[in-house]
Amino acid sequence: MTLASSVTASEQPITNSPVMEVREICKRFPGVVACNNISLQFLPGEVHAVVGENGAGKSTLMKIMAGAYIADSGELILQGEKVSFNHPQEAQLKGVSIIYQEFNLLPDRTVAQNIFLGREPGKFGSLDVAELNMNAVHVLKEVEADQLISPTAMCNSLSVAEQQIVEIAKAISFDSKVLIMDEPTASLTTIEVKILSDLISKLKARGMAIVFISHRLREVFEIAEKISVLKDGELVGTVMTKDTNTSEIVHMMVGRDLDHYFPPLGSPEDFGEVVLRVKNSGNDFLKDINFELRKGEVLCVAGLQGSGRTELAQALFGVIPFKTGTVEVNGKIQSIKSPPDAIRLHMGFVTEDRKAEGILPKQPIRDNILLTVRTLQPLLGFIYKDGIRKTRTLVPDLASQVDLKAETFNREAQYLSGGNQQKVVLSKWLSSKSSIFIFDEPTRGIDVEAKASIHDMIRGLTKQGIAVLMISSELPEVLGMSDRILVMRDGRIAGELPAKSTEKDIMLVATGHAEDMKIENTVSTEKG
Amino acid sequence: MATTSPSDNWFKRMSRSSKIPPVYIFLIIIFLFTGILDQINSDGQMFTNPAIMLNIIVRSVALGIVAVGQTFVLLGASIDLSVAYTISITAVMSSYIMQGNNSNVPVALLGVFAIGIVIGLVNGLIITKLRVNPFIATLGVSLVIKGVINATFSNYTGSVPQAFEWFGYGTLGPIPVSIIILLLVVTIGWFILARTKFGAHLYGVGGNSEVARLSGVRTDRVLIGAHVLCSVTAVLSGIFLVSLMRSGAPWVGPNGVYDLNSIATAVIGGTALSGGKGGVWGTLAGVLIFGVLATAFNQLGVNPYMKNILQGVIIILAVASYTVRSKKEAA
Repeated sequence: MTLASSVTASEQPITNSPVMEVREICKRFPGVVACNNISLQFLPGEVHAVVGENGAGKSTLMKIMAGAYIADSGELILQGEKVSFNHPQEAQLKGVSIIYQEFNLLPDRTVAQNIFLGREPGKFGSLDVAELNMNAVHVLKEVEADQLISPTAMCNSLSVAEQQIVEIAKAISFDSKVLIMDEPTASLTTIEVKILSDLISKLKARGMAIVFISHRLREVFEIAEKISVLKDGELVGTVMTKDTNTSEIVHMMVGRDLDHYFPPLGSPEDFGEVVLRVKNSGNDFLKDINFELRKGEVLCVAGLQGSGRTELAQALFGVIPFKTGTVEVNGKIQSIKSPPDAIRLHMGFVTEDRKAEGILPKQPIRDNILLTVRTLQPLLGFIYKDGIRKTRTLVPDLASQVDLKAETFNREAQYLSGGNQQKVVLSKWLSSKSSIFIFDEPTRGIDVEAKASIHDMIRGLTKQGIAVLMISSELPEVLGMSDRILVMRDGRIAGELPAKSTEKDIMLVATGHAEDMKIENTVSTEKG
Repeated sequence: MATTSPSDNWFKRMSRSSKIPPVYIFLIIIFLFTGILDQINSDGQMFTNPAIMLNIIVRSVALGIVAVGQTFVLLGASIDLSVAYTISITAVMSSYIMQGNNSNVPVALLGVFAIGIVIGLVNGLIITKLRVNPFIATLGVSLVIKGVINATFSNYTGSVPQAFEWFGYGTLGPIPVSIIILLLVVTIGWFILARTKFGAHLYGVGGNSEVARLSGVRTDRVLIGAHVLCSVTAVLSGIFLVSLMRSGAPWVGPNGVYDLNSIATAVIGGTALSGGKGGVWGTLAGVLIFGVLATAFNQLGVNPYMKNILQGVIIILAVASYTVRSKKEAA
């Protein structure tokens, strides 16, 4: 098998033979198949974009190519030879380098130290600092940032965009044959994107194969020659950019049927008065936020990764408060500077990252559920006694409200399934009688059945007169759940869409391709 | 966002432009303050008698050497609680093997360094391969060493030959050998951290192990290396102590509280317990702060319980002043 494949590869004409190839790659994580039988070829001097919704498996595939993950099955072929990477260093040495989506810089080290981490110049294990800084200047010059960024600057003193440039400088400094860019433009301004695309054409001319992952379809169309679309861990197809258009790609990305039943949308008589009104608010991540949330409705916030969705939720809940503008809760202007402020106003926040922010994994279910009740109690109140008495009734009550099945409430929350953990978080907020719920990706990483029951639960909350703001990157979920949809882009609300919109409508606004620019202009008013 | 803003105070600007760790300013303040107290309340020798100054440094040598090693493991976001008993086993084993005989010195040194390297390797392997938390791993190793030496030795054992005492008592011109050894160890420590690939990788592993791994650093090897170096500095400290005491006893390490003190001095010196930030020059200042305090307390006749209280308060104040400052910077 190995022999046969290497023979066929070498028989192809050299100019057209792929630098790198993935064959039938499979990778599963507990509960999710991240990559299912994906095969792709990457040619020299070509920019190959890989697109797909969040969770489509792009990042996993890239990490496998770069040696950060090991595939469960399948083959990596580099220049006609079968290779296997057990450590990222092995991939780098063979000429595959990657810019990761998350920042990968050490804040307390200099730019030069970061760029050449693991590959410092010097003989016999020594470190040649002068050469290190000089090499860094050379690399920074290649990305046209040598005037902007000093090699001896500490990374924590750089702006986000500058850090991104350092990341790019680091990746190209490998002098590799294959360069993978996982959302390199997520935090860049237009000018920086221009610099990046110039740089990409330079690298292309050197015969490097570039794999470009981005949510911004406009850039994909500008930069890439070939586009592969992934969906739910599978390859939908590969097309040449010149033979296709945005709407076809969007259709390939989202073109699936709603895969489960959603509860019926709210009817106008369910919607009550405005409980939350945000006017001209902003902070470091957000600008000109204006919207209203009514009693009994589900308002969804859609948008691409990095568009400011999570930041909006955090601002409302006081995690990273708004700096400008006003927030009215139940008709009164309120200042929400910290989560306790928000809790006192009966807001509940179900976070995106359950493990890090939502549950206390090592605490029993009971204590998790009672957490917010207890924070509202006086500091020296009899928590323990109270806890015992209340849990007899309160905990089972709450649990049955959210349909949480657990044989014992003494079980540590970490042993529950994702869906049940989410139910624990929900009952935690129900216990504090929240009337405004903010959900940030409520169903990420949980199975279909639990998803449906969480959707039912959210709709059930609105029937009790609770207002729900739901952030989701899964478009079917947004469409199936929302009474209204806000679409965010670049920290602003780019548009508001009615309940019966299509996935395409949302994607067009979110990627900045909306034909109807009027929506954008009316919503984002200049702040005074 | 910018590195320098007009609102920065002189202190911040000075420490940044001069690249001197801010802890040295703290050291000078403590020295001046206690010196003035000494002028007022006592004989005022701290400022006038160079022998006292020298004594401050000599007192700091044993702690200083091992604190350099501790700084290495802390930078790698690890910790080593086994240094105290590594010092003990070095002290007893070297004097036991030497038995006051010059010809046994090479064997003894070889033996104790071999023991140190093995301890460091074991620590590092348990932490990286068995994935045991460093605190527990080194505490466990520490207990094992304690058990071994307490089962074998109960009191002073053997002695070092006269010539060997040169390390503890000798001078080169007017300068005690011990001070030269300390400065040498600190300088080598600085060189490894700032001028070798291993050092750069160690900062990477401590700063963010995953980032370092994805950048191609062999993180496990680096951390094991740091632990070996740390144990080797503990051995050096042990050798220095036994040359001072002329004979080794199992309690020298724990009596000097070298485990916790080495961690405290490194942290006072600006090394982050979470790793990835700091360096040995800061640690040297931290050690000297301990030395100044001990000497000043002696001069001023502070009672021993009060000493502990003051020392505790000063450690907390020093470290709090950095974190408050860095929070402000971040805001």
